Amino acid sequence: MKKNMTCIVCPVGCQMTVEEKNDGTYDVTGNTCKRGPKYAVAEMTNPTRVVPTTVVIKNAMLPRLPVKTAQPIPKGQIFDAMAVINQVVVQAPVKTGDVVLKNLLGLGIDVVATRTMNKF
Amino acid sequence: MIYDVVILGGGPAGLAAAAEAKKQGAENVLILERDRELGGILNQCIHNGFGLHTFNEELTGPEYAERHINEIVELGIPYLLNTMVLDMVEHGDLKVIHVINENDGYMAIESKAVILTMGCRERTSGAIGIPGYRPSGVFTAGTAQRFINMEGYMCGKEVVILGSGDIGLIMARRMTLEGAHVQAVCELMPYSNGLVRNIVQCLDDYDIPLKLSQTITFIHGKDRVEGVTIAKVDERLKAIPGTEEFIPCDTLLLSVGLIPENEITRHAGVEMDPRTSGSVVGELRQTSMPGVFACGNVVHVHDLVDFVSQEAVLAGKGAAKYLKGQLNADVDFTTVNGDGIGYVVPQKVAIKNVDDSVTFYMRVRQVFKDKVVNAYIGDTIIATKKEKKFLPAEMVNFKITKDILAEYPSGEIRFVVEEAKK
Amino acid sequence: MYDIAIIGAGVAGSHIARELSRYLLDVVLLDGENDVGNQISMANSAIVHAGFDAPSYKLKGKFNAAGNIMYEKICEDLDVPFKRCGSLVVAHDEYEMATIHELYKNGLINGVPGMKILFKEEVHAMEPNLNEDICGALYAPSAGVVSPFELCTNAVENAVDNGVTLKLNHMVSDIEKVGNHFKITTQKGIIEAKFVINAAGVYADDIYEMVGEPYFQLLARKGNYFIFDKEAGNLVNSVIFPCPSKKGKGILVAPTVHGNLLIGPDAEPTEKGDISTTADRLDYVKQNALKNCPSLPFNKIIRSYAGLRNTPVKDTFTTTDGDFIIEESPVKGFINVAGYESPGLTSIPAVAHYVVEQLIKPMIPDIKENHDFNPKVRPHIRFDELSEEEKIAIIKKNPKHGKVICRCETITEGEILDVIHRSVGARTVKAVKKRCRAGTGRCQGGFCGPRVVEILARELNCSLDEIMYDQQDSGYILSGKTKSAKEEV
Repeated sequence: MKKNMTCIVCPVGCQMTVEEKNDGTYDVTGNTCKRGPKYAVAEMTNPTRVVPTTVVIKNAMLPRLPVKTAQPIPKGQIFDAMAVINQVVVQAPVKTGDVVLKNLLGLGIDVVATRTMNKF
Repeated sequence: MIYDVVILGGGPAGLAAAAEAKKQGAENVLILERDRELGGILNQCIHNGFGLHTFNEELTGPEYAERHINEIVELGIPYLLNTMVLDMVEHGDLKVIHVINENDGYMAIESKAVILTMGCRERTSGAIGIPGYRPSGVFTAGTAQRFINMEGYMCGKEVVILGSGDIGLIMARRMTLEGAHVQAVCELMPYSNGLVRNIVQCLDDYDIPLKLSQTITFIHGKDRVEGVTIAKVDERLKAIPGTEEFIPCDTLLLSVGLIPENEITRHAGVEMDPRTSGSVVGELRQTSMPGVFACGNVVHVHDLVDFVSQEAVLAGKGAAKYLKGQLNADVDFTTVNGDGIGYVVPQKVAIKNVDDSVTFYMRVRQVFKDKVVNAYIGDTIIATKKEKKFLPAEMVNFKITKDILAEYPSGEIRFVVEEAKK
Repeated sequence: MYDIAIIGAGVAGSHIARELSRYLLDVVLLDGENDVGNQISMANSAIVHAGFDAPSYKLKGKFNAAGNIMYEKICEDLDVPFKRCGSLVVAHDEYEMATIHELYKNGLINGVPGMKILFKEEVHAMEPNLNEDICGALYAPSAGVVSPFELCTNAVENAVDNGVTLKLNHMVSDIEKVGNHFKITTQKGIIEAKFVINAAGVYADDIYEMVGEPYFQLLARKGNYFIFDKEAGNLVNSVIFPCPSKKGKGILVAPTVHGNLLIGPDAEPTEKGDISTTADRLDYVKQNALKNCPSLPFNKIIRSYAGLRNTPVKDTFTTTDGDFIIEESPVKGFINVAGYESPGLTSIPAVAHYVVEQLIKPMIPDIKENHDFNPKVRPHIRFDELSEEEKIAIIKKNPKHGKVICRCETITEGEILDVIHRSVGARTVKAVKKRCRAGTGRCQGGFCGPRVVEILARELNCSLDEIMYDQQDSGYILSGKTKSAKEEV
């Protein structure tokens, strides 16, 4: 299987082609530095993303608290994660880094607050 | 009371400039902020990708802001919120800033030095004159971002985005995550104005098409947006008849550029640079008005907040030097944008104020591959910057050491995009 | 049963309503829109014409100069921004100079005060940014610029304060004459009135057809405009008209009363309700404005818009010759104020007076004066225009004036609260914009838009997504909350 992708490790944005070989390893072409293949293989085997979003917060200056997944989660599970995160309600005060949801989707990754919000 | 430094704006530039000025010896520092909290636009930029250069980790906007706000609190720098600056005037050696807020009323604040950090605003649909109706449902990307991320309201379900600036790309993903359907991002130019990383993570990840060399030629819907007509454009960026396509949607987001907010600067009589729409600044971000400094997006629009913070440190240093009477007022070098370069900041350099090197910020006018940027004084290339690719979306940082500059008594430094010498 | 129903709360209907409120009458002012002055009255050139254009035998010629001299008084009473900045009709050659002499003569007949024909040097001394080949001009010092939004909203407010009933979102779908009165069917029920004044703008012919045999027809003509940033506001000091041709007054360049610059309009026939701008017409406006004002900074444009005029056209059953139609119609008790295009804005103080004194009064022999009539609206606070001392005092009195909401125009929360809580209060973001200019500046509401929505929601005690931009329901701004979580504490 062949796949074209743009490398995002640095601003150059190399257009790379990744091909899975029969032995399960990958052939990467089009990269101009060695960080390219590493990124490409990760994208092929287990692409992950940090998901930044918001949750409902009560008794704060604002009605929404910004949060993020503490680690990148599998790309394919982003919408499942959003469905769970959208049900979270927290009470002010909250501090940056406070866990608002533990063990998201059983991934062992928490959702944490990305700002401090005092009681209002 | 006469302040040492008053900072107009509590966003990333203002926070870093205030902290640096204080650390360098300015005693009475005051930050004036028109919004309800410090941090500026970072508070609504809840996505990650900030701080890789400054903190060596990937932070979200509010996290990046909070680190700087915490520093302000630790340094004991006072600030006024919900405070609007009406104008700034020179009064002898002092600057008088007229401000209002609900608690203190109308105040005339006197300061020895001022750092301008008002940031920028978004270009609007009015400014680019998209033909058609003027219904509800046309938002600048930043306005939509505030509604969604801070107020918790969606501004539509079927979305088209015009302009591939970073905020537009970020909002394409953000609205998708919140359940909207983003149909397309149209970009007038043949290249994106956003960072490659954002195109991949915000568009490609969600199969949102990026339509290059296309624009919106008509907004449909009298009361609320009902759709847009898009069309391909020719080399002169004019719509090509016969290529029109109707896309039904209820929302149009615009990410078509940012403009430094310099109304106070202009009224004060500070010299402006039409290329940046910001003030003309020196190596420590001093403006043409003694004691007035400027940094961040009010000087020129940056792509990364890390560079805003770096520039703010220069301005903070400059203000502190000015207070001590150590700021050299010479203009040894001026800078010029040659072929392929849109602008250069700083526009002036006083070599005595430089520690080790000067970093020149500039933007290329188009995509260049396998080229270099050369810095000339007269016919001599004094320095060369190499990149595999120069993109208009990515600011070029061109560092030239003091040793090199010191070889020339004075002159005009001209930056030019050229073929790399083999 | 009302004494009088006025259909259309534009500049004509609103001022006639106000004039009627000088008498003890039950007057209802109906409009199909969600705010007053929301169609032609909102999107026009905002010029108070001197009155040298139309011939004196036409109503347009009769009312223009007469309305013009009433502007100081009406704008003082209604607290409407107005500047008598004067106008120039410029000529590029001898042929156009001949036209200018004709206009001058006609102006004298119409009673236009202070006109002068200027030589080339005088023109360029007065307006240094005009095209050098302009060889002369007709100067009319009595021309001016006005805020058309406030002229309309404040007139309605004053009418309501003096006893008129305003009904918005009352689109008229049928009118029936029953005996000696009229039954007006609206989307919100039936309104009955003894007399009807039809001031329905571009729809006045459709309204009349509901009750009588058509004898006039209105053609919608669209004009495209640009508004420039205040930085370009000083490019011209007075209203600059090209020499008029058969096609009309041409593309003007004018300062606005709020300090911006305006260019436009073109004139193209279109469908009623079509207020869309088009690329080719906008370009036409640009190219023609450049002929008189070659240094127009098009990178300083902050807004483009289009508005309609309603031009009476001749056809088989039409008796008009392009003039205003201001008369009792063949249907007794039904008055038409139709074909009310330029110089309608300028003429309105005189026309409103005429309609009430000459048309209505003879119909109601036992009409009684309203001795409580107060001609003045409560003054508006315009923070940005105050002196330093006044600013200090006003914030002390009301701290809400210490909070600036619209940064571009320096409009305070105090000003926004005031326009929400006045007797014809703003209910939408656009209504706020029309009344106090929040969102009319260079960022076009990018910053203040969300804040205005928040203030409206707070003051009207509803949620943010219930606040409309303009029209009810269909003009929504927000499509609901993010997150599906239950938000109850």
